[in-house]
Amino acid sequence: MNSLKYVIIGNSAAAVGAVEAIRKNDRSGRIVIISNESHHTYSRPLISYLLLGKTDENRMKYREDSFYSDNKCEFLPGITVQKIEPGEKRIMLDDGRYESYDKLLIATGSSPFIPPVKGLEKVKRKFTFTTLDDARKLDSVLKEGQNVLILGAGLIGLKCAEGISRKNVRTVCVDLSQRVLSSILDEDASDMIKKHLEKSNIRFYLGHQVAEFNENHAVLDDNTEIPFDILVIAVGVRPNISLLKDIGGKTNRGIIIDERCRTSIPDIYAAGDCCECRDASSGEMKVMALLPNAYMQGECAGMNMSGADCVFDKAIPMNAIGLFGKHIITAGVYTGDVYHEADGENYKKLFYSNNRLNGFILIGNIEKAGIYTSLIREGTPLDTIDFELICRMPGLMAFSKEERASRLNGIA
Amino acid sequence: MKRVYVNEKWCLGCHLCEYYCAFASTNEKDMARALKDIRIKPRIRIEEKDGISFAVSCRHCDEPLCVKGCITGALTKKDGVITINRDKCIGCYTCILSCPYGAVSPSDDGAVQKCELCIKTARGTPKCVEGCPNGAIVFEERGE
Repeated sequence: MNSLKYVIIGNSAAAVGAVEAIRKNDRSGRIVIISNESHHTYSRPLISYLLLGKTDENRMKYREDSFYSDNKCEFLPGITVQKIEPGEKRIMLDDGRYESYDKLLIATGSSPFIPPVKGLEKVKRKFTFTTLDDARKLDSVLKEGQNVLILGAGLIGLKCAEGISRKNVRTVCVDLSQRVLSSILDEDASDMIKKHLEKSNIRFYLGHQVAEFNENHAVLDDNTEIPFDILVIAVGVRPNISLLKDIGGKTNRGIIIDERCRTSIPDIYAAGDCCECRDASSGEMKVMALLPNAYMQGECAGMNMSGADCVFDKAIPMNAIGLFGKHIITAGVYTGDVYHEADGENYKKLFYSNNRLNGFILIGNIEKAGIYTSLIREGTPLDTIDFELICRMPGLMAFSKEERASRLNGIA
Repeated sequence: MKRVYVNEKWCLGCHLCEYYCAFASTNEKDMARALKDIRIKPRIRIEEKDGISFAVSCRHCDEPLCVKGCITGALTKKDGVITINRDKCIGCYTCILSCPYGAVSPSDDGAVQKCELCIKTARGTPKCVEGCPNGAIVFEERGE
């Protein structure tokens, strides 16, 4: 095989997964990484921990300083890709240069969605919260005692609320949904987390939206006025799909990829938050913008780009999130029959039907959650395990003697 | 590659592996003194029910979901051993969400903990293996 040239657009988990996979198969091919940010690869979900003081910019690097040189990558930071020319197999950069490719990976991630609200342009101090630069900017203006309005009570908005809590700000969250974390929790769990957050001095206006902004206050749809010094917009993100969409590649909300992380255009792969793929827990096509999936898609794409035949068909929605000391782990979809346990501090719900576990929600006691995740990911038939036992207590004890021997004693 | 293997047929359910594991992460010379009055948080755990018992610790998987899913890069695999950089770990528990063995657990200082085959503390044989009185936990090379 002639030496291949790999070009990766993006520099986060999916890109890193691709690099590490390519280098397992191909030590010599050129790898070019192009990033519109100017930072060494870093973990985006850590920006809230950065504000909270639980990490710093050095420790939040996703890979060591020597990552690019160890893997013989050419890293082009601070460059935006303008377009792909699939006929010529090259991409055009924002400085007018071209970069040719044999195999291209689109790992462009997602961008914050800015809702079209009347008067938003009058707000001077408004921020989004998905990148290191966002976190730096927010941190530079944030002062003790300020009023912060966060638009959105989802993962990003609430992690932001936690991050900025170190500065003793007064935080109000507004969300159109009636519930906090409505994308990953059911009603009872949302209630429990909302109460926990209220104890941590976050105030909520749920089931409402902002009708109009003025420079320093928002007017809600019920005419409530909320004054603020700083506005954070965290209503959601949109996959960055335009590079592929512009050349007629198949897209929906995200770039459509198959189980080999191929797009509809030859030699162009995609991975991570910019993509839409099949959810193994529900069978539906979905954007599952989560770091583990991003890494594993990138890895799968990298394997296939470098000549292996690799399938990744086990992406499922899954989240591990801590908020003010309370841990939440969830996975899958919440349909079917329900097993439920709860006390004041802990919450467990398992959802199952047709002999399969479909999803779960754990709050508080999250130990061994991965055993539930594996049942969903592998589609384990529940009649092959002691389901009654595993509901109460996740463990390998619920599996058959043979399965235990295979897992622990290496006897297949 | 040497691995820890567990044969439930020989497990007495004595929990000594858990004590040896907890002891391995202290700097004390005497086990009784090291563990006196503390609630141990071992990296190897016994599961038991109806007369069956066995120890579970990290399998150091060939396709480690905890490493692949780690959001900080704190979990890495080198020379067959998965280790945790506790300085980088922020305790998000994505690895606990990912591990199909339930072999990663929270610790008292915020970072997660898991079996690292005693490479940071002891030489040669992991302490749980050394301490198992019935040969139910072994550390050996097997053809794969």
